[in-house]
Amino acid sequence: MSPGVPKGLSDLLNQVIGYIYPNEIEIHWSLLIVVYPYLTGLVAGAFILASLVKVFNVKEVQPTYRLSLLTALAFLLVAPFPLLLHLGHPERSFEIFLTPQLTSAMAMFGFVYAWYLMGVLLLEIWFEYRHHLTVLAGRERGLMGWIHRVLSLFSKDVSPESRAFDRKAIRVITVIGIPSAFLLHGYVGFIFGSVKANPWWGSVLMPIVFLMSAIVSGIAMVILLYMVINLVRNEKIDMPCLDRMVSFLFYAVIVDFSLEALDFIHRLYQSEESVKILGQLISVKLFVNLVVLQILLGMLVPLVILALARIRRFNDDMRKFLYFTSVLLIQLGIFSTRWNVVIGGQLFSKSFRGLMAYKMEITGMEGLLTSVVLLIVPFIVLAILIRILPTKRLEEELPEPA
Amino acid sequence: MNKRQFLKGMMLFFPASVLIETLAKQAGGGDTTATDSRTARQAAGAAEPAAAPGTGEAGAGGTAYDASGHWYGMGIEIDKCIGCNRCAVACKTENNVPPEPFFFRTWVERYTIKGGGETAVECISLDPKPRGEAAPEDRDVLRTFFVPKLCNHCAHPPCVQVCPVGATFSTRDGVVLVDSRRCIGCRYCIQACPYGARFFNHGTNTADKCTFCYHRVVRGLLPACVEVCPTQARIFGDLKSRASRLVRFERMNNINVLKPALNTEPKVYYAQLDGEVR
Repeated sequence: MSPGVPKGLSDLLNQVIGYIYPNEIEIHWSLLIVVYPYLTGLVAGAFILASLVKVFNVKEVQPTYRLSLLTALAFLLVAPFPLLLHLGHPERSFEIFLTPQLTSAMAMFGFVYAWYLMGVLLLEIWFEYRHHLTVLAGRERGLMGWIHRVLSLFSKDVSPESRAFDRKAIRVITVIGIPSAFLLHGYVGFIFGSVKANPWWGSVLMPIVFLMSAIVSGIAMVILLYMVINLVRNEKIDMPCLDRMVSFLFYAVIVDFSLEALDFIHRLYQSEESVKILGQLISVKLFVNLVVLQILLGMLVPLVILALARIRRFNDDMRKFLYFTSVLLIQLGIFSTRWNVVIGGQLFSKSFRGLMAYKMEITGMEGLLTSVVLLIVPFIVLAILIRILPTKRLEEELPEPA
Repeated sequence: MNKRQFLKGMMLFFPASVLIETLAKQAGGGDTTATDSRTARQAAGAAEPAAAPGTGEAGAGGTAYDASGHWYGMGIEIDKCIGCNRCAVACKTENNVPPEPFFFRTWVERYTIKGGGETAVECISLDPKPRGEAAPEDRDVLRTFFVPKLCNHCAHPPCVQVCPVGATFSTRDGVVLVDSRRCIGCRYCIQACPYGARFFNHGTNTADKCTFCYHRVVRGLLPACVEVCPTQARIFGDLKSRASRLVRFERMNNINVLKPALNTEPKVYYAQLDGEVR
């Protein structure tokens, strides 16, 4: 075996079902590429939840506005790492910025990412926090005071006019931010959807399915974080806020489910050349991941739970329990969705005559441990961000004396 | 130094400098290796004497190789392929293809089509042992044949379209190459290739594929697989040259390409291609 060739590739030859082209024995986009769209999906979804407050004026979800923005930022900061670690030559990754091939969907990554991070998220967060940071910087001493002073870019203006400008800026940025968030995740869907060689990926619906699942996962993640953070802080959960977010989640899951069902029915009805092998793929390789985890546990069960919670007038504690269970299941379902797209799309031969096997590495660069670390790091980043940037507004923190 | 000595010196200096320059150029071209496609890219533009491959004619010695004057392709006559696998072996040797039994720049498939339409395919290059006649219980075989496969050097290549940094590119003479010094190893091209012709070279950590033996072709030689084929099932040539064997091959046969519906416009042309071949 040549150096560098993953161990066990030869063993995989024995696990091939039917005929595959010989070079297809290796699964090229592994677990890290499953993690990547999962992370960017959370970013887009969290941002869209945040924009509900500012653009669509949904006042009930205001308590999670800052948390949504910080969640989006924490996941966005980690999102490039799975891609970087996956590259054969990560040291050449800057070539994507310097000499991008304009016909490549992937080449746009750097620009879309940079635009979303710098042009949207950081700007919106800065305007949202500017006044708060200025006040904190004036109040605090020591390291934290300095951090807040630097983060406010030494702004000292606390006049009502400056605050009015902040609000206006946030509104403009959010209006630009929504299509940008759509672009960020829709584009990830396009990377897969535009591969005509692969009938599992090549679908015009792919960017839209990615986007809707992103919204589902992002809202579910913010709900999960909101509940956990309140539990840790021993604070009361704002139930109207939670109910409203869950209501959005419920509709988003219905749209997501409908789109995926449409995609499935369309493929089945068109019954193209690839339909047999895709049928085999689902029944032999993806049954547990697709039918059980993604559709049943990740979508239908949460839908039933959420519907029940809406129809029956349960008390707060029961609703919280039901919501918590659903958002956990939804996260599991969305991760399975990413798995089924990325890994599933590489488990059948482009000769449409056979199925391959994927053997996940445990300790390697593209292995399970790296992926687990990459899935944990955003939460650590978020914890640090929340420590520096309070999720509660100044007015909530310091109630005016009666 | 008087005038006569100066003129004598000049008469020696000029021819000597021309000779040194020519030798230097040839030495530079001689460094080209199969795995170094950037050098291959340079070789395409370098001033080199070149023949038109497949024509059997020597190129005009001393003239520069003009890539725009050629449009290379390969013809494969399926009825002539005997499944000896020499092409796959020669390719591995010529191009330092990793020795693993599953990485190929070119390979040979065997199709067995039985009564009732059941089709069995195997890659004989994976396990190149001699194969006997069909067993008595398999006597309902309708037809069986070998199909050599390789990169189709598509005129409309999806791999080139998706490469984020332009490391995979089409040369002006119609060959799709990978610049291993630019490739970032994202493997998008491998996903985009409908023919499974690309693999990931773990030695260079870059994408790898058939180059039509570009390092040989620009010198007027044939690709290694064509050179060793004992039955001339593979025909390499220049579609811009009317004298090319490939043009004659196209004139004399019904031609098909793989997966034409994908609009990749392959330049590997098959004669007697069965509808079962994908």
